[in-house]
Amino acid sequence: MTQRITIDPITRLEGHGKIEIFLNDNGDVERAILQVPELRGFEQFAVGRPVEEMPRITPRICGVCPTAHHMASTKAVDAVFHVEPTPTARKIRELIYNTFMLEDHTLHFFFLGGPDFVVGPQAPAAERNILGVIGKVGLEIGGKVIRVRRECREIMNYLAGKAIHPVSGLPGGVAKGLDEEHRLQFLETAKSGVEFAQFALQIFDNVVLKNKEYVDIVLGDGYKIKTYYMGLVDRNNRVNFYDGDIRVVTPEGKELVKFKPGDYLNHIAEHVEPWSYIKFPFLKKVGWKGFVEGAASGVYRVAPLARLNVSEGMAAPLAQKEHDRMYETLGGKPVHNTLAFHWARLIEALQAAEGMVALLEDKSITDTNIRNIPTQVPSEGVGVVEAPRGTLIHHYKTDEKGIITEANLIVATVNNSAAINMSIEKAAKTFIRGGKISEGLLNMAEIAFRAYDPCHACGTHALPGGMPLTINIYDSRGERIKQLRK
Amino acid sequence: MSNAKPKVAFYWCSSCGGCEESIVDLAEDILKVVAAVDIVFWPVALDFKKKDVESMPDKSIAVSFINGAVRMTEQEEMVKMLRKKSQLIVAHGACAHLGGIPGLANFWNKETIFRRAYLTTPSTDNPQGTVPLEKVTVDGRELTLSGFFDTVYSLNQIIDVDYYLPGCAPPRDLILNAVTAILEGKLPPRGSVLSPNKSCCDDCQRNETKPEKLAIKEVKRPWEIIADPKTCFLAQGIICLGPATRAGCGHRCIEGNMPCRGCFGPTDQVYDQGAKFLSAFASILDTNDEEEIRRIVSTIVDPAGTFYRFSLPSSILRRKRMEAVK
Repeated sequence: MTQRITIDPITRLEGHGKIEIFLNDNGDVERAILQVPELRGFEQFAVGRPVEEMPRITPRICGVCPTAHHMASTKAVDAVFHVEPTPTARKIRELIYNTFMLEDHTLHFFFLGGPDFVVGPQAPAAERNILGVIGKVGLEIGGKVIRVRRECREIMNYLAGKAIHPVSGLPGGVAKGLDEEHRLQFLETAKSGVEFAQFALQIFDNVVLKNKEYVDIVLGDGYKIKTYYMGLVDRNNRVNFYDGDIRVVTPEGKELVKFKPGDYLNHIAEHVEPWSYIKFPFLKKVGWKGFVEGAASGVYRVAPLARLNVSEGMAAPLAQKEHDRMYETLGGKPVHNTLAFHWARLIEALQAAEGMVALLEDKSITDTNIRNIPTQVPSEGVGVVEAPRGTLIHHYKTDEKGIITEANLIVATVNNSAAINMSIEKAAKTFIRGGKISEGLLNMAEIAFRAYDPCHACGTHALPGGMPLTINIYDSRGERIKQLRK
Repeated sequence: MSNAKPKVAFYWCSSCGGCEESIVDLAEDILKVVAAVDIVFWPVALDFKKKDVESMPDKSIAVSFINGAVRMTEQEEMVKMLRKKSQLIVAHGACAHLGGIPGLANFWNKETIFRRAYLTTPSTDNPQGTVPLEKVTVDGRELTLSGFFDTVYSLNQIIDVDYYLPGCAPPRDLILNAVTAILEGKLPPRGSVLSPNKSCCDDCQRNETKPEKLAIKEVKRPWEIIADPKTCFLAQGIICLGPATRAGCGHRCIEGNMPCRGCFGPTDQVYDQGAKFLSAFASILDTNDEEEIRRIVSTIVDPAGTFYRFSLPSSILRRKRMEAVK
């Protein structure tokens, strides 16, 4: 008897989501599918818009990471106009971007993914949220979490207009500069950001690494898939969020290719399935072989762990130490354990905070030369950044007036869409055997997605409440025979 | 019953999640809000199953905050059900209020959007021409997807809306004011937009630098000049939708030295924000010569996409007629 399990909803990959799990006659999992049932069509309605408006339009792709879209878009517009930002403008953009990375990564750890670990995966659902974290770590520290996030948002509000949907990026620079008074104020925030990121790593250490039960979960086969990895690196192959070349490593950790963002079409293609509105990118060189892992499959992963896996180290000293410690603990590069995304995310938060300090200690960031006015005829350009959730590509073509004729976007989470499906299937196969559905499945499945993308978890842990998961089990006649809920 | 906390629901349609973030951005205040209400439904926080909402008694939810435009069939079903179950519906944010940025898709239709997304983008590798289907059988298993409308709708085109919380995203003071007003039962007349009914220019800090009579000879695009951070954008020749836009945003974009794009929608006196801007703009052109007017207007490169940046679905235009697209 074929059974069918529906988990609905798994919340958002830029929208909503639902999981279908199919069992074979033995009651083992044959296939698990994550469907993304939403599309908005930005690539089409970009056509006809003045290209300089794109940094103000595309952030609406994702309100959780609008700064990533704003920045990729601004860089694409630079490229369309064949203009570089002034050195000061670049520093301001990098400051905005590092602030955003610190804020977004720590949001994820404390509000979204982290509560699973800090409060505990088996804790009552109503406690697995930021309030539960505060209960566990103490009100003083909990208050600090909320304060640091707010202060980071204030930096972004000041420099970029709005944290939710920044406006400041223009070809050749930024619309607003930084004065000395704010430099000093923001430097204080940056310094507490470093302390804060270190503190988060300390919590991770105490709560996760010193707890055998958690370590077993992290290292378990249920959460391990071997794939290629992709991410931006600087000239020295160190992790860079804002700029650089795109490097891809094999499941064995060897460099497959390193390319300029403008060449992405030679290296990445997107596969279409009729059952999801999301596309499935893969490495062209290797080819689409379906939802399978290993070196023969073109499936790759992006985001924090992928960025660390493709790099030869971090761009800041304290983060470098933490990087070394992680790889020593987990047995060298590359690490394939999906839950190590959480650890890598905190190491990146530390690099982001250290980057903020370095940028703000340099007085030249208050220089007033923040714009190069474009002089060349606009044509075509690609802009790439590392969004918190992975490599993000914006590609625009325009007429000679700078009106968009064609746009192509490969959004961070989309890069991981095949791998997320595979991770779900693997977790399902591990936790459902012989028709016996483990009660832990709901949480285990949810933990698997959350490692990739806080968008899945938006709100799940932001406020008290139940879990979003329901698993329905149907027999072959479509009648529900069992329901698991949280 | 009098001791029970009011039940509150949140739902998102075709949106970006920024309105959810706007609630997280209440920062320290979020704890107060959480203490005062009972959140019974949040698609990402609580069980999303339709039947769970179905089983709630009618009008048992005190207020539902719904963000996002309506673009998918599933969203239409959900908001209709929430209407039945809720005493009040608040359209939260520009997309629910006006259609928002996703509403720019009304310059196209389902066919053109699908063709682009799944067939013709340069990175798509799709020799079979596969497109997502509402119902598909894969290896004998039937899978379904929500349907995709030709047109994007604002929330009040699908259900009755009691209040509107404007902005992309709404600022924290307006959200807090709205929540307080609901909790204290001190609400303005039904149908109100919960933000001051005056124009964005009225309390703009650049208002002082606005000349007695604005006179535009030429339109400048934001990339063409370095905008002075203190002078009215229109006085600098940069299109700024302030005159056609409701106040209450805190001038966040202007503070970032970028012009207004109209996310708060029009004031109560105005039905169509784009038409209002057009008439305001016509009145500040520095000429009466028809040829000259034509020349200046032709320097506005994307009038529809600029004047209706956030309000196309709720405007008089609503959408582009698709014969024109083909």
